[in-house]
Amino acid sequence: MINRLRTSFLATPYAIWILICTILPLFYILGYAITTSEGSFTLSNLTAIADPVHLSSLWLSIKVAFVTTIICLILAYPVALILHNLKISNKGFVVFLFILPMWMNFMLRILAWQIILSNNGILNSILSAIGLPTVHILYTKAAVTLGMVYDFLPYMILPIYNALSKINDSVIEAAADLGANWWTTFTKITVPLSRDGILSGIIMVFVPALSSFVVSNLLGGGKVLLIGNVIEQEFTLARNWNLGSGLSIILMIFVLVSMSIMNRLDDSENGGMIV
Amino acid sequence: MKKVKNTASYLYLGLIFLFLYAPILVLIVLSFNDSMSRTIWGGFTFKWYANLTANDSIMDALGTTIRITLASSILATALGTSAAIGIHYMKKRHAAIMLGATNIPLLNADIVTGISLMLLFTRFTPLGEFSVVLAHIAFSVPYVIFNVLPRLQSLSEACFEAAMDLGATPWYAFYKVVWPEIFPGVLSGFLMALTMSLDDFTITYFTKGAGVNTLSTMLYTQLRKGIQPELYALSTILFLLAFVMLLATNFKGNSKKEVADK
Repeated sequence: MINRLRTSFLATPYAIWILICTILPLFYILGYAITTSEGSFTLSNLTAIADPVHLSSLWLSIKVAFVTTIICLILAYPVALILHNLKISNKGFVVFLFILPMWMNFMLRILAWQIILSNNGILNSILSAIGLPTVHILYTKAAVTLGMVYDFLPYMILPIYNALSKINDSVIEAAADLGANWWTTFTKITVPLSRDGILSGIIMVFVPALSSFVVSNLLGGGKVLLIGNVIEQEFTLARNWNLGSGLSIILMIFVLVSMSIMNRLDDSENGGMIV
Repeated sequence: MKKVKNTASYLYLGLIFLFLYAPILVLIVLSFNDSMSRTIWGGFTFKWYANLTANDSIMDALGTTIRITLASSILATALGTSAAIGIHYMKKRHAAIMLGATNIPLLNADIVTGISLMLLFTRFTPLGEFSVVLAHIAFSVPYVIFNVLPRLQSLSEACFEAAMDLGATPWYAFYKVVWPEIFPGVLSGFLMALTMSLDDFTITYFTKGAGVNTLSTMLYTQLRKGIQPELYALSTILFLLAFVMLLATNFKGNSKKEVADK
């Protein structure tokens, strides 16, 4: 018991760290959000979300983030499943191949998509070479969504893959022995048992997609204004830190609400990474 | 039937890899392009690689990036590992509070984390490399903690106690019994912190202050006037380094495994 008390002191530096670098900054942003630039109390920075421009960018962000998350889930689940069933000795290596792109600068990778998607770009050259009609999607919502799917896909693959690895294979065999076909096994056993991974993946994609401003800057070309872009502009161009903080608080509340909805869906309480 | 399914699986994996690696291929090709334009192929050249070290602003940003990444990931690993051990031995209720707070940077949008830290830092310290390091520690510590904690949880308490009963000092017992078990978690936490820090833009952008540039923020300011082609060369080198390191650890892991199998 004495031992236990003494070891828990190892967390003291971190407890202090949490107070200063996690909790205190939140009070600061809240402080800015509920004051005017002169320092008197106001709620106008928070209610500013009702402004049609802000509201439509929030709505657009939600739509883009939602579509991005769904596409990531649809693309990632088979990948995780295939990886899991792969009969090779060194799966860790293959899994790492999904993280490796992050070692090429994120900004450059998105820029490369600009080059691929532009009207005279690589994609259209390939399309016209094989006789298909060309596409003009750069600087549209579609391009922004594609960029986000690209950027966040690994965050969906890895948690699902980890969840699948934890499933005891004999459970699946048992289902097959009891006469379940592939589809029944998949929907009744595999998916429910990987639910934690799916939920982590959804959160890890939805939250950054909701608040991203770089992808929409590069692939939306200023035409796609997400809530992240609005907040960024308040801090860098408009220099209205109070309004920027107010909108950030709204964004935060929004993330927390979607998170608690997700948590409601996830009734198991095993405190893994995220949720 | 099974063969068809296998082929389809590999084809699908291949397509996903193509999707993930296509932009990287484009950038590697651009690093050999003898033209300032991003869209015109001007012939093959090594000159961007040759010019690289002579480009002071890029070398400066590279140095800043390496300093920030190493400092923040090493400090985050130390802070996070000791925190994980402390949390593991805490009362359940206290541990739950600590873990709840640990989740905040993970759940918060990067832009909100970056802005809130900037608002705090501007009060107490001039923004610069130091504030960026603090901010990077703030968002990478949770990854370390959540990588180390599961290792501690699967550790049998009895081993540590047995070591103590056999006369080991707590430190010696920790070093011989606990550390080897949690080390893989510490290492993967460190690598995640390293990768996250290296790839971060948003939080750096808000906390860096004027005059300090990492590779990411430098690229962002260059987007409008055009990217210096040397940056493609540098990124290609960094990417290939990471790839070679991955291959090397993979082969090392393999040979170890073979020995173990024998």
